[in-house]
Amino acid sequence: MSMRYQIFVPCDSIARAVGADQVAAAIVAEAAKRQITVDVVRNSSRGMFWLEPLVEVSTSAGRIGFGPVSVAQVAALFDAGFHTGATTHAACIGEVEAHVYLKSQERLLFARAGKTDPLSLDDYVANGGFAGLQRAVAIGADKTLAEVQASGLRGRGGAAFPAGIKWNTVKEAVADQKYIVCNADEGDSGTFADRMLMEGDPFLLIEGMAIAGLTVGAPEGYIYVRSEYPQAISHLEQAIKTAVAAGFLGSNVAGSGKAFNLHVRKGAGAYICGEETSLLESLEGNRGLVRAKPPLPALQGLFGKPTLVHNVLTLASVPVIADKGGAYYHNFGMGRSRGTMAFQLAGNIKFGGLVEKAFGLTLRELLEGYGGGTANGKPIRAVQVGGPLGAWVPPAHFDMEVDYEAFAAKQAMLGHGGCVVVDDSVDLAKMAQFAMQFCAEESCGKCTPCRIGSTRGVEVIQKIRLNQQRDENVALLEDLCETMLHGSLCALGGMTPFPVLSALRHFPQDFGLGSKEGQS
Amino acid sequence: MTPDQHAVVARILSARQQEPGALLPILHDIQDQLGYIPETAIADIAFAMNRSKAEIHGVISFYHDFKMSPPAAHELRLCRAEACQSMGSDALAAHVHACTGIDEHGQTADGQLAVRPVYCLGACATSPAMLVDGQLHARVTKEALDAVLQPILNKTTGGAA
Ligand SMILES: Cc1cc2nc3c(=O)[nH]c(=O)nc-3n(C[C@H](O)[C@H](O)[C@H](O)COP(=O)(O)O)c2cc1C
Ligand code: SF4
Ligand code: FES
Repeated sequence: MSMRYQIFVPCDSIARAVGADQVAAAIVAEAAKRQITVDVVRNSSRGMFWLEPLVEVSTSAGRIGFGPVSVAQVAALFDAGFHTGATTHAACIGEVEAHVYLKSQERLLFARAGKTDPLSLDDYVANGGFAGLQRAVAIGADKTLAEVQASGLRGRGGAAFPAGIKWNTVKEAVADQKYIVCNADEGDSGTFADRMLMEGDPFLLIEGMAIAGLTVGAPEGYIYVRSEYPQAISHLEQAIKTAVAAGFLGSNVAGSGKAFNLHVRKGAGAYICGEETSLLESLEGNRGLVRAKPPLPALQGLFGKPTLVHNVLTLASVPVIADKGGAYYHNFGMGRSRGTMAFQLAGNIKFGGLVEKAFGLTLRELLEGYGGGTANGKPIRAVQVGGPLGAWVPPAHFDMEVDYEAFAAKQAMLGHGGCVVVDDSVDLAKMAQFAMQFCAEESCGKCTPCRIGSTRGVEVIQKIRLNQQRDENVALLEDLCETMLHGSLCALGGMTPFPVLSALRHFPQDFGLGSKEGQS
Repeated sequence: MTPDQHAVVARILSARQQEPGALLPILHDIQDQLGYIPETAIADIAFAMNRSKAEIHGVISFYHDFKMSPPAAHELRLCRAEACQSMGSDALAAHVHACTGIDEHGQTADGQLAVRPVYCLGACATSPAMLVDGQLHARVTKEALDAVLQPILNKTTGGAA
């Protein structure tokens, strides 16, 4: 009997950006040349991006991994018998799931990452998919809502608002139409978890949105994906078609007798459209100008109707809560931060990737333990957590536990969980200027402190860096930040002061001011 | 618009105009098929959507993605956001500037190459990243950049517009 070997090469867009397609093609060609029968499966990524392209081989002892693999190595891999699971090639990392980076994680959201073909409904269902939706249908809307409330889940898009409260508001609202809107605008530098999830496990987001729709009584849903993520859009569109055909979406969702229809919409390159009311304006076909709140989107959202707006990861957390119960989810985490957080290790970091852990580990464990320090071995000087509106955190604070409240106490924010590491060559005054510049470019223009203040901020920081009336300009910068902090309608203007002031506070010498680094 | 362009716009409008909030999908479709949104299409869009031309203009100009003039033959977008900066994207941008004379945003006089910044491509664990004609590249080195940039520049007569 001739042997067939199963080989996995990720189809994640980042794996492809570092050569996965070429590696997959080279494996097929080399196997044909050697008359070896291989089935190449394009799986999702494990999120260990420094190892991409990470090629895996199925064996009776689990999947054996090789990475990062280049086209030039493929012949040598066959010479070493990698396709049989032989572990002698230098690129071999052993059994993938035994890798310390993965084994120590608590993957609820990314449970299937790397294991399945993202577009295979069979793979999804065989690995626990749609169990949450089925249970939600069986127990009904009131009990499903109670599970979400008991889970302690908070929004993963940045503001960390309790999901259960929002769900209840939308559910109680009386209207002829309601909507579920998924915020997949993921514009923050240092974040890629939404992208990974939509590309790698699109059925999970679909399932979470269907549960939300049935629970709050919304028959229509939209996923607003940034235009920079074409593969996420195409995977979602294909998965939606499959889910409709299988009866998990459409007029009778999973036999519930209720409808839920899902649409994908593409953004158009405006960072502000990640802000939920700007996103709703954009979905309605308008300029993405931020709306004043109230009215809350939960009561008057899309087309003026009650709308549940959530981040990708919030909605994707719902199936496990519906399946295993709110208490199961609540058991992970600490304090008022329950469940798991998908941290994204990015920038100048040795082992960049996705780390899903319960809240409560320290930044040091994340950045030094998982991340392995900087890519070039230089000392970590700072980390920006939570995207371009997040604070720069100095190493002196790396021992704090990661939870929403602990971060807030240090004038920092966890946001969407992105961590951008920089080494000691960074100029934090320049980064502060960049933050103001970014705000100026992306401001929706509705309020003066944000629109004008950020442009002034760029000039003032420039003067500080050039040592023009430095002391006066530092005072001016602080005033300007104060005005933006209190006079902005949304967090773009309101939180741009965070990276600016944290840089000034923790790294004054970069602004030409003489006091000690790393003091708070 | 040429008659062909006109027909494309008309087809897109009739296919989409009943959808709720259809304007962004319509603009995307037009740009995908024509490469840009012709000024003269705006009246058609406004009429079909029952909105003013000024409103349609306002929407187009709000979003960085929409273009109102024909695109260059090639487009290079370097990621300029924080994670890519930490891995040397500023040096890549300086190299592009040195080779093309284009600072952050612009195109060569012969319309061969447009350079446009982008803020995060979701590749921040494999920075620096760039998009070349829609294709994503990560862990970009100066050599990798040159491998895509130089063949394009060899076709140009040089100089920024
Ligand atoms: C400038 C700005 C950008 C934002 N970008 C995003 C984003 O890309 N994705 C996201 O989920 N939330 C983003 N938010 C937060 C949303 O406004 C909103 O809080 C979130 O979508 C609610 O979902 P959640 O409850 O699941 O967190 C942004 C907020 C602001 C002020
Ligand atoms: S703070 Fe800036 S982005 Fe937010 S509403 Fe005001 S002008 Fe618009
Ligand atoms: S910051 Fe460049 S890809 Fe995210």
